[in-house]
Amino acid sequence: MHSSVSVSVQGLVQRYGKVTAVDGLDLDVHEGECFGLLGPNGAGKTTTIEVIVGLLSPSSGKVRVLGRPWGEDDAALRSRIGVALQETRFADRLTVREVVALFRSFYPKGRDPLAVVREVGLEEKGAAWTSKLSGGQRQRLALACALVGDPELLVLDEPTTGLDPQARLRMGETIRSYRDRGRTVLLTTHYMEEAQRQCDRVAVIDRGKVIALGSPTELVRSLGGDLVVEFVLSEGEVSESELRGVAGVRGIRRSNGAFHITAGESHVTVPALLDRLRERGAAPAQMTIRHATLEDVYVSLTGRNLRDE
Amino acid sequence: MNKALVQLTVTRVREIFRQPEAIFWTFLFPVLMSVVLGVAFRSERPDPSAAVVVEGPGADLLETALRGDAAVRVERMDAEAANARLRAGRAAILLIPGDPVTFRFDPTRPESEVARVRVNAALQRAAGRIDPIVVREERVNERGSRYIDFLVPGLLGMNLMGGGLWGIGWTIVEMRIRKLLKLQLTTPMRRRDFLLSHVLVRLVFIPLEVLPLLFLSFLLFDVRVAGSLGTVAIVSCLGAISFAGLGTLIASRARTTGTISGLINLCSLPMFVLSGVFFSTARFPEALQPWIRALPLTALIDALRSVMGEGATIAAIGPQLILLALWGVASFAVALRVFRWS
Repeated sequence: MHSSVSVSVQGLVQRYGKVTAVDGLDLDVHEGECFGLLGPNGAGKTTTIEVIVGLLSPSSGKVRVLGRPWGEDDAALRSRIGVALQETRFADRLTVREVVALFRSFYPKGRDPLAVVREVGLEEKGAAWTSKLSGGQRQRLALACALVGDPELLVLDEPTTGLDPQARLRMGETIRSYRDRGRTVLLTTHYMEEAQRQCDRVAVIDRGKVIALGSPTELVRSLGGDLVVEFVLSEGEVSESELRGVAGVRGIRRSNGAFHITAGESHVTVPALLDRLRERGAAPAQMTIRHATLEDVYVSLTGRNLRDE
Repeated sequence: MNKALVQLTVTRVREIFRQPEAIFWTFLFPVLMSVVLGVAFRSERPDPSAAVVVEGPGADLLETALRGDAAVRVERMDAEAANARLRAGRAAILLIPGDPVTFRFDPTRPESEVARVRVNAALQRAAGRIDPIVVREERVNERGSRYIDFLVPGLLGMNLMGGGLWGIGWTIVEMRIRKLLKLQLTTPMRRRDFLLSHVLVRLVFIPLEVLPLLFLSFLLFDVRVAGSLGTVAIVSCLGAISFAGLGTLIASRARTTGTISGLINLCSLPMFVLSGVFFSTARFPEALQPWIRALPLTALIDALRSVMGEGATIAAIGPQLILLALWGVASFAVALRVFRWS
């Protein structure tokens, strides 16, 4: 089967009164990939998701899901997608199994509710009321509700927010095994490590726009190098332009007195950098060398940290 | 019936049964209240009139004259206390001794008017009046024509109205406030099924609302159903459907519990007064009668009274049943169009 577009968004704008939550957003999610919308809280991710799953109609722009627009045969389209929203609430006095069975009944075809409950790791809680679940268990229940219709497209808004690391890994495995069956996943997250680990492609969103798009590797490579050297000066002073000429340096950023230098190869850049600092009578302290991440991509594009917000 | 509609209905029924407080307020409380009202309005023997003789010369004579009459309850006190009693409605009439004897009472209060007639007759007879015509009294207290027989169908109708408006209206608004619907709206769930499931839940609970009241009023007051129980069931179902439709309609836009309780009161209080729960609708002016008859609660109570009191068949109450069905279907259809889903 040739690769086609599962979700296509063109020029999406969403306004609430005077606030523009999404400001001309374009993206294509290809069939069979796991696509991540990465950005800080308030960047417009949730609004974008709600438009894509047909809960909101956009102020302007075009959205097609599985090749169809909303408003034609919505029931048919909804039966092909599974959705888990952020912080979903369930009726308090229903059990996990009852909720999944209820959602199963909405879909013309789908999977055995018990099997799905087992797959998301809630079999021990199957007979518990939803009011007795922890936040993470509730999110897994939302995932079970999204999976029980055996959808072609899975849309997850912040599936791992608030989960402990183990629950996050488990959630990651469930999502990956679903994708490995050739299905499409669209998820949002504000954890870069997760986007980097989980997603085939990532769109970095800031202030309602896509500011970078590509595989995590491509995005990191766009920084010019995949190493970051960080240090502060314990004595002396040096200007950014004086460091720019150092062999192998691709980019320099300074925040709170600390230098962040992107470089290609550490064995070339680090000795040259130390030489230059010594010439200027400056001494570095707390020097670290690490691999560049999507966070560095975000910071270099916006000048802000993802977690500042 | 489709799978989703069955699941939605079963799920709602489960949720209700898992809330003991909901069971109490929706089913037990109305029955208890009806029993209390039934006891209060049982009225097997007419109450004696409360008359107060005001202190003064000649008061002894008046008091002795009234003591001999079982239809009057006499007390004696000074003028100030007596007037206070009259104002508070705890005395029906004051007797001020003198020549002439003065009756002090409010003629617009029915019980005061009754008291005037009784007190006057007792005084005149004690003073030696001879009634020229001999009368024999025949008191009617037949089953089926007592006030309690009139009251029970009214209470049944009132309970069915309360169940539909509060049971559906409140639940839907609460689901909207807690955003419980959002995730379901991303599924292919048909919106009509969601609303219909609330109506079906009402039908499931009819036996719980009707049978205990019928049983208790039989046990305590010997109220019987002249017609068939099957007809009572059909009337109750149509009543429940009409108020389920109305409940869905008033919940279709409301976003706060304040709004919904206001709307429910706006809807139910006029019917409570106009539809003849406690007294006959014939008391209202002729010009209002067509409007009163068009109300669903009037139709429901009229139909129940005909079946329980006169043994009416389905055919005889056809117009009321059609009216109830129309109210239900029309308000449901409007609700489906204007419902606020997000």
